[in-house]
Amino acid sequence: MNEHQQTLLEFMQQQADKLAVQTMQHIGLTFISLFFAVLVGLPLGVIIARKRKLSGTVLGFAGVLQTIPSIALLGFMIPLLGIGPKPAIVALLLYALLPIIRNTYTGITGIDAAVKEAAMAMGMSKWQILIKVELPLAMPVILAGIRTATVINVGVATLASFIAAGGLGEFIFGGISLNNTNMILAGAIPAALLAIIFDFLLSLVQKLNFRKLRRSSYALPIVLLLLSSFYFIPTAYGSKLTAGFTPEFMGRQDGNLGLESKYGLKIHTIVISDAVMYKAAYQKELDVISGYSTDGRLKAYGLVVLDDDKGIFPPYYAAPIIREDALKKFPKLEQTLNLLSGKINDSVMTDLNYRTDYLHQSPERVAKDFLVNHKLFKPARKSNEENTVRIGSKIFGEQYILANMYSMLIKGYTDYGVSTKTGLGGTKICFDALTNDQIDFYPEYTGTGLLAILQASSKTINEVTKNKDSTYNYVQREFKKQYQVSWLKPIGFNNAYALMMREQQAKSLNIKTISNLKRYLNSK
Amino acid sequence: MIKVKDVSKHFGKVKAVDTINFEVQEQENFILLGTSGCGKTTTLKMINRLIEPTSGSIFINGKNITDEQPEILRRSIGYVLQNNGLFPHYTVAENIAIVPQLLKWDKKKITNRTAELMEKLHLGSDYLHAYPNELSGGQQQRIGLARALVSDPPVLLMDEPFGSLDNVTRAAIHKEFKALDELKRKTIIMVTHDVQEAFELGDRICLMDQGKIIQSSTPADLLFKPANKFVKDFLKDQRLQLEFKAIRLLDIWDLLPNHHQEAHTSSLSTDSDLWTALEHFKFIDSETVNISKDKSEIKIVGFEQLMSAFNQYKNRQGHE
Repeated sequence: MNEHQQTLLEFMQQQADKLAVQTMQHIGLTFISLFFAVLVGLPLGVIIARKRKLSGTVLGFAGVLQTIPSIALLGFMIPLLGIGPKPAIVALLLYALLPIIRNTYTGITGIDAAVKEAAMAMGMSKWQILIKVELPLAMPVILAGIRTATVINVGVATLASFIAAGGLGEFIFGGISLNNTNMILAGAIPAALLAIIFDFLLSLVQKLNFRKLRRSSYALPIVLLLLSSFYFIPTAYGSKLTAGFTPEFMGRQDGNLGLESKYGLKIHTIVISDAVMYKAAYQKELDVISGYSTDGRLKAYGLVVLDDDKGIFPPYYAAPIIREDALKKFPKLEQTLNLLSGKINDSVMTDLNYRTDYLHQSPERVAKDFLVNHKLFKPARKSNEENTVRIGSKIFGEQYILANMYSMLIKGYTDYGVSTKTGLGGTKICFDALTNDQIDFYPEYTGTGLLAILQASSKTINEVTKNKDSTYNYVQREFKKQYQVSWLKPIGFNNAYALMMREQQAKSLNIKTISNLKRYLNSK
Repeated sequence: MIKVKDVSKHFGKVKAVDTINFEVQEQENFILLGTSGCGKTTTLKMINRLIEPTSGSIFINGKNITDEQPEILRRSIGYVLQNNGLFPHYTVAENIAIVPQLLKWDKKKITNRTAELMEKLHLGSDYLHAYPNELSGGQQQRIGLARALVSDPPVLLMDEPFGSLDNVTRAAIHKEFKALDELKRKTIIMVTHDVQEAFELGDRICLMDQGKIIQSSTPADLLFKPANKFVKDFLKDQRLQLEFKAIRLLDIWDLLPNHHQEAHTSSLSTDSDLWTALEHFKFIDSETVNISKDKSEIKIVGFEQLMSAFNQYKNRQGHE
């Protein structure tokens, strides 16, 4: 454990620069998208208020957009718009549309018919009626829609960090990955505050009387533009190559911090989710990415791993970790799980991952094929519902495959029932689920155990990461002592962090190791 | 002045207005009377093109109204609605200034004209900066009237203008309405379902039913020369009161006894209706009332004499 537990305030002070940048990006993203959403939504609302027949279609469509999960919507944007702020802004815009269109429509159609008739009868043109009567009278309702959209956007903008658009999501998701509560809070608290503050300010505007409202509705676009420009203040510095690192990698000693301290590597970096990172590298939007050495997409996208010649990435051998009371409760479990130990090496795992990630075979099928090929598969026995083993997994392909293999093994070799809780967001969520008796075991990596869970001091890390056995022995000992959690035998493969580049580019620049990369970047 | 020729309006299969014809003379108060759904409001709204007729044409001063842009046409026609239709986000002054601003009057002219109207309509100038929801129903209706009158349009269309007011307020506004000199110069077409109101304010009444005109004539003719049973039945309630209101003193002048005498007190003009003359006895403790014709001849009559003349008049109508 750390000798000194850092407080939230200390963390925020230490990271003040980053926090300021992320907050500004967050405000910028929220309001750029809001600005465009108003630009699109307001006229649409006016049009469907005039042509009521269209209202069902338009509102229905905007409603469907609203129901698409944010991550999925961001995912849809990448093939169209790549990564970075563009797809994030478009996705946010789409989310903000519904409240704006709907409230404009409701606001205008809700105006007293006598008022509209009077305006027409006095000889106002359609345009004059819109500007002088309909919009001012609908303004309180429209503002309520903008207010809703703002709060939605502040929330959804946290996800922009998945596609390298920045914002407070970098801290939140980095923190979740790193099991760093301070980091999560450093992102979550400002995000919540932003939502509350903007909601409050807009509620004030909404309560203004007609005369003041008229003046402030002129000011609104200017304020929107001003806040939008926040995004561009923290301009990125240029560099020959662009790196895309996951939020987790950014904050780790065995990640970007190590690259900076041990290699002195300085590269223009954007934060991105690993879901889109590989493809972005393939599409030449990124040049260097932080990946996992067994990732199937390595093969799919023609990427090569740069040799870690100074040894900053500790070994990440995978093994199931299980609560000791679960071992007692299911006496045959250890023996069953160990059936897999030593069976999967790096290249086998890369191939299995390739089949799920790139060939889109189901993890279940991949797991079964493997077990059948290695003569480990047995058809499921009748299980005893009372005695159910709960398997957890993190939210990526490899863990799904392993969870499926374990599930089949338990069903085939024991009488226990099996329930799987796959897709637990990150290390912190998975490990908390384990220690809180929500799951019985899940596959973990020695390096993650050492750095993210035990948070060993740098001295310990230096000592125990020299070879894979000393790392394994250390985490096994410490987990038993601190958490009463047992590490079973390693499965065989080492899914360590790695820097990777496109094979072609690496070859043409003659980069084979991380030191090569550094030399290239420093050469003028 | 206004000529409606073979005008029809169909909403789908419903014939809201079915081939109607009428003419309204300059400075006339023309009332469209009927029950809900008879087509009177549709007829009114076709005159300022809020509704376009299915067939037929409408002329104002001999000019087909479709020759002009609807916006331009409407700026020369005042319009008063039942629910006043004041802009809730405009102050009283701003509401009144809507049409002048469309006509691009200068500020000073607007201010002067607004002040003039406010005075004529007995509204204090401290209301100018109030919002409509701060005013009473009667005040709102007066502002609605002021808004319609501000640019002094020759034609005024009124759609049940006093329909949403209580009886007491309505009676007061009726009185003001009749006394307002601005309105005497105007050609007015008013829609109402209130027979009393029609008789009180109308020079001519056009009774409609199911999109057709049943009878279009003076109030007296409507009573004493009904075109058919429908007209008779329509006026059945409060018939006596209607008759009093329909008969002008001029109509019974010849039937009144001749008492030539110089008048020292104020007198009623022969343009007044019998109802007004009879009310005189109710409110003023007096045996007789002075009636003057053309400000030269004066007759002094009592209640009995008026009633006797009224009966003779009615008998005469019946025998024609």
